[in-house]
Amino acid sequence: MSPMISIAAVTKRYKSGLVALDSVNLEIARGEIFALLGPNGAGKTTLIGVVCGSVSMTAGKVLIDGYDVVRDYRAARAMVGLVPQEIALDIFSTVRRAMTFSRGLFGQRPNPAYIEQLLHDLSLWDKRDTRIVELSGGMKRRVMIAKALSHEPDVLFLDEPTAGVDVNLRRDMWALVRRLRSQDVTVILTTHYIEEAEEMADRVGVIDHGRIVLVDDKAALMRKLGKRRLTLALQKPLPALPKELAGWPLELEDDGLRLSYRFDAAAEDTGVPTLLRRLDEIGVDFKDLDTSTTTLEDIFVDLVGRAA
Amino acid sequence: MRASAVNLSGVWAIYRAELQRTQRTILQSVATPVITTALYFIVFGAAIGGRIREVSGVSYGAFIVPGLIMLSLLTQSISNASIAIYFPKFTGAIYELLSAPLSSIEAVCAYVGAAATKSIGIGLVILITAALLVPVRIEHPFWMIAFLALTAIAFSLFGFIIGIWAGNFEQLAVIPSLVVTPLTFLGGAFYSIDMLPPFWRAVSLFNPVVYLISGFRWSFYGQGDVSVAASLGFTALFIAVCLGVLTWIFRTGWRLKP
Repeated sequence: MSPMISIAAVTKRYKSGLVALDSVNLEIARGEIFALLGPNGAGKTTLIGVVCGSVSMTAGKVLIDGYDVVRDYRAARAMVGLVPQEIALDIFSTVRRAMTFSRGLFGQRPNPAYIEQLLHDLSLWDKRDTRIVELSGGMKRRVMIAKALSHEPDVLFLDEPTAGVDVNLRRDMWALVRRLRSQDVTVILTTHYIEEAEEMADRVGVIDHGRIVLVDDKAALMRKLGKRRLTLALQKPLPALPKELAGWPLELEDDGLRLSYRFDAAAEDTGVPTLLRRLDEIGVDFKDLDTSTTTLEDIFVDLVGRAA
Repeated sequence: MRASAVNLSGVWAIYRAELQRTQRTILQSVATPVITTALYFIVFGAAIGGRIREVSGVSYGAFIVPGLIMLSLLTQSISNASIAIYFPKFTGAIYELLSAPLSSIEAVCAYVGAAATKSIGIGLVILITAALLVPVRIEHPFWMIAFLALTAIAFSLFGFIIGIWAGNFEQLAVIPSLVVTPLTFLGGAFYSIDMLPPFWRAVSLFNPVVYLISGFRWSFYGQGDVSVAASLGFTALFIAVCLGVLTWIFRTGWRLKP
């Protein structure tokens, strides 16, 4: 099946000379939930802007369901809903009017029943005729999402959807994304909250300095790069790693009170039993031990750190 | 394909939203021009008119009606259209317009159409107010409407450009208050330029607003400071220049897209 979004050799050079996107290639499948991770200023928002039409690209080509976003912009844009990072609304309008406006702007016939359903889904029904200026920040963000969904898009871009929102909204947002997935809507979300990507995404892309550093299936990525960690709480602090342990991938933390060991969980020999015996031999006692799995966050920090 | 060749529903959505914006400030939108016009009639019509009496065979109070309508039409067209596009730029809500399946021509038609509709409405309100106070007659109703509409469109286009250009609220206000209002006052809104000494009369002919007011006044009383053809030609030229500038703006994304 052809990809829903195809980004080929897209470069964006701002007038200041800053290269925000450096020959980016990316394909996103229909119905996929794709998380684009990256530190601030990595190019996430610029990439979304290029796909949606609010930023003009310097070079490259973007297709949405086969429609070129520059040449066939009407067909391409009609399929896309965008929720930007910043709240930007006509604050004097009411919630329902703002949604009706967005639906019309994107070329769709009025459908009050659909708008009503959306208002219920986003817990905005009680506020439907309230002026946006009177809403709380969290409610305004819900209105932003409602507007983006008001024309029944096939693709939804969520730029930092849960930055600075409360727990309720974050939970609702995740539920919403799952519901959209069941309706075969393609969702692209940018975030620097790794847990968000871990929770929702099918695939993860990492962007840094305007380049896609890595794209992989989330599960595969975790498997491939996922390491486990053994942490030992020591009885007495160690001033430095004993020379008998040279060559082991060990780190001393917490003023020498904690020793951590990274190992490949899938390997035949994890090295854990050998390490524990060795510690016993050289007289390093510990009072507690704990193992944990590497999170996407560790992977991310690792990748971005390496690229920098 | 879901998108049609012309996004009429998008144009209508903007047009309607812009008119709804006026509804929210209906008192200010209608009461302000009515009160201002009434004040002008008291000051210029009653106080000064008592001394001038007639200009070219028309009572002074009636003579200033076209100029007064033009004064409001120009400033209202500019402010309506400039705020309509500047405000979304200011709040960031313009992202939606830029990412919508809407051509730049459609966007201009919607915003300029709405701004012109509003200022024509205000022009008509002033005309009705004036007709209650002084003996107004309209010799060429078709041309009166034509001049009203063309001028509203021309200055709404101009306002739209100002709204895109403006980087802050001060810049938004500077052209209407420092350029357009003085030019209107000096453009024969309250006098015929025939009443001026020859030198100032010649200088006045470089004032574009003279042509607008003259043509408009001709449609009322059958006489103007310059020929009707010159008035029409100037209005058409002004529209053409604005459209040229807007074409360039949308092609380059100037002040709209990074």
